[in-house]
Amino acid sequence: MPSPDPSVQIQTVTKRFDSVTAVDGVSLEIAGGEFFALLGPSGCGKTTLLRLIAGLEEPDAGTIRIQGSDVTRVPPHRRPVNMVFQHYALFPHLTVEENVAFGLRYKPLPRAGHAARVAETLALVRLAEYGKRRPDQLSGGQRQRVALARALVLEPQVLLLDEPLAALDPNLRKEVQVELKSLQRTLGITFVFVTHDRQEALAMSDRIAVMNGGRVEQVGSPAQVFEAPETELVARFLGATNVFTAEARRHEDGILSLQLPGGTEFSVPAGGPARLRREPVRFVVRPEKLALRAVPAPSEISLAVTVEDRVYHGASTEWTVRDARGERYAVFAQNAGLAGEALPFAPGSPAFLGWDPRHSVVLRES
Amino acid sequence: MPDFPKELPRKPGRAAYPLLLPTWLVLGIFFLVPLGLMFAVSFAERGTYGGLKPIADLGAYVRSGAFLGNYARSMGAIYLKIGWRSLWMALLTTVLCLVVSFPIAYYLAILAPRRWKGLLIGLVVVPFWTSFLIRTYAWMFILRTEGLINLILMGTGLLHHPLELLYTQTAVLIGLVYGELPFMILPLYASLEKLDRSLLEAASDLGAGRRQSFWRITVPLSLPGIVAGLVLVFIPSLGQFVVSDLLGGARSMLLGNLIQNQFAVARNKPFGSALAFELTAAVLLLLVAYAVYARRRGGEELL
Amino acid sequence: MTGGGWHRRLLAAHTALVYLFLYAPIAILVVFSFNSARQTAFWEGFTLDWYRRLLDNALLFRSVRNSLIVAGITTAVAVLLGTPAALALARLQFRGKRSTQALLYLPVIIPEVVLGAALVTFFGAVEMRLSLWTVVIAHVVFSVSYVAIVVRARLAGLDPALAEAARDLGAGPFETFRRVTLPLAAPGIAASALLVFTLSIDDYVVTSFVAGVGATTLPLHIYSMLKVGVTPEVNAVSTLLLAGTVVLIVLAHRLLSAETGDSK
Repeated sequence: MPSPDPSVQIQTVTKRFDSVTAVDGVSLEIAGGEFFALLGPSGCGKTTLLRLIAGLEEPDAGTIRIQGSDVTRVPPHRRPVNMVFQHYALFPHLTVEENVAFGLRYKPLPRAGHAARVAETLALVRLAEYGKRRPDQLSGGQRQRVALARALVLEPQVLLLDEPLAALDPNLRKEVQVELKSLQRTLGITFVFVTHDRQEALAMSDRIAVMNGGRVEQVGSPAQVFEAPETELVARFLGATNVFTAEARRHEDGILSLQLPGGTEFSVPAGGPARLRREPVRFVVRPEKLALRAVPAPSEISLAVTVEDRVYHGASTEWTVRDARGERYAVFAQNAGLAGEALPFAPGSPAFLGWDPRHSVVLRES
Repeated sequence: MPDFPKELPRKPGRAAYPLLLPTWLVLGIFFLVPLGLMFAVSFAERGTYGGLKPIADLGAYVRSGAFLGNYARSMGAIYLKIGWRSLWMALLTTVLCLVVSFPIAYYLAILAPRRWKGLLIGLVVVPFWTSFLIRTYAWMFILRTEGLINLILMGTGLLHHPLELLYTQTAVLIGLVYGELPFMILPLYASLEKLDRSLLEAASDLGAGRRQSFWRITVPLSLPGIVAGLVLVFIPSLGQFVVSDLLGGARSMLLGNLIQNQFAVARNKPFGSALAFELTAAVLLLLVAYAVYARRRGGEELL
Repeated sequence: MTGGGWHRRLLAAHTALVYLFLYAPIAILVVFSFNSARQTAFWEGFTLDWYRRLLDNALLFRSVRNSLIVAGITTAVAVLLGTPAALALARLQFRGKRSTQALLYLPVIIPEVVLGAALVTFFGAVEMRLSLWTVVIAHVVFSVSYVAIVVRARLAGLDPALAEAARDLGAGPFETFRRVTLPLAAPGIAASALLVFTLSIDDYVVTSFVAGVGATTLPLHIYSMLKVGVTPEVNAVSTLLLAGTVVLIVLAHRLLSAETGDSK
């Protein structure tokens, strides 16, 4: 949906490397002040897209606008965009201060003002006393903050981050997630970051674009892509691996009636073009929305299954079950039982898979 | 510095041309042209005073086959003998270097204590930086009839007549091995250094004894280094001039000496040029073979 | 795989012998440069005479001066030509890249006798008189290749993200080169300069073909001394040269490890 003040507008941008199409006709709009994530598996084109915004790659087709101006053919050093590289790319022959001050030379600010600006930004990332150190004397987390400071000191309109948490110690990641989020809120500028980790994307972003094979599969808030995936790819990537097939009965006024193989009928809200009678329709139900029952519950859709596997995850348990036709489904439940109580539904036992029909998310077929 | 356009160039490589132009010019004029010239000269005949004999009818000259005169002459017995000798010397030098270098490269790469590695490898490299002439002269000093070896042998009464060590093929061989040794040790060391020790441990775990591990794991994996060393030693040895001039005699004349002789003494540029090209062809052939080998293996660069 | 005790000791002994083989001849040269005996290796007494004789040798000094001039000019020209070439090869894709690489490798590969012969033929054909300048030209031809190869290797080892970061931060292509690429490539450039300087000072074969009268370089002078025969003066010259080389190596090592913080 076009917003009043789009920060970044990408219009049908394509980028090819020899015979590989890394970005395939992608269109995207990122609003000002948004914390936006490009999420997807490796090779999906998210990093290429980021580099296209930065200007480090030139698109073969399409346009890119930043704050309304067409920057498609503008080289990176003239764009109001700055990037934090995945491995930080700090200049080894310069001190922290010199690294941060690097780009100030190309701004209208007179030399006299550089030191103050650098000090201010270093304080912002809590590295005030590290100015005279060299990059090889810093820890990974500190280096990231220098890379951040180096970009932020130039007051870009958009800040790009390439897998910002990937190179950090796992224990540091949570802390940095919180820091980045609060930094963005303080500064109010648009952050666009690339990640393959869905937890990161869900926790930090205002909106997520899920990408695969050079295309954007779905754009939405974390809740939207998580709870209401539109395609099987998005569903699977976000962990909604339970795909069911049903037959369409009637599709009117946005309500779709479906019939499961076993005969059960139910209705579900579904947009998009009208489905034809008897047309196969696929929908997903997230593992945590499924429940295992000893007897089918009347308000739920039920499916007879056999438990195949059960894995204890401490705070939760995950079951893998199999229906009469051999299809497998994953069920996720919080462990709310008492200590010492045996877990229900051991492998091999029969059970009923039940869920509230409203938790069925119809997939858009490509 | 080149004038970069305001926007990104459509073809990213165009900036390369101004950067390379001076080098292309210098190498083109002072390298390619001289080589081409020499190639042309190799088909001419020696003139009376050392220049080129003028050719009256070029067509007839070519048709009669006379233009191949120098190449045909180089196939003569005397010259072939020199060629084979050069080949044999280069081969012998290479094999000796390999045999001597492998154990030391192995020791330095795998067994030497880490603290000393840098220093030890540095000590192998230092001779490379010193004058080749001087290092060859050192052997002149040692091997001559009044030299150190004979002095010791006669002094201790083992011999009564000095050994004719200098001006022999053996002396040339020693000089060659002495000069080329660092060039064999370094690539071997580089290759062995990269050897993953855990592979040897795995082999041992699977039942291979020390000798078997060596032949089935260490040697195959260090093969790129071995081949690089062979190339780095064999090729310069083929074209060797200084060592055979200083340490060798008339009986150990090599191809390099022959060529120099044609230019400096015999003043037969055409014949010398033909010989030079034959040597170059041999070298290029070997390098192409090496390049094919390297490409098939994929990866390690020679230089 | 650590061998049994005796394996290790055998290899260590072999290594020691190789070092002995490498350094003994040099050591012998140095020691005997102080020997007062003229003709024989028999030690007759310590003397500095041979060194004193060198000081009187005007020709020797002229040849040293010539060598330094040639090496200096060669190094400067080779670095000025080879560094941009290395930059182009390391960073850019262009038509003719493969042939350029082959062209740069050739002077290093071709046997020195062939190069010398080709150049003297060329100078003869264009009627250029042999002089110190023809020596410089010859040295530049093979030196450019060495510079291009070494500097290119150094550039290839640099993180490409650094140049990208510089551009992202506002530096245009020239600024990026000046403030990031060049400082980081400097150790490689310095190393290549040292390499070609040494190669030029030490070169005999190519120089012997193209040096004119009065353009005698140090190796040429030494060679003529060697051909005359073994004399202690040659030992003395050799020792001095060795000393100079060692000083240069130590200096270079200090410089390079100070720059990058690592060794060699």
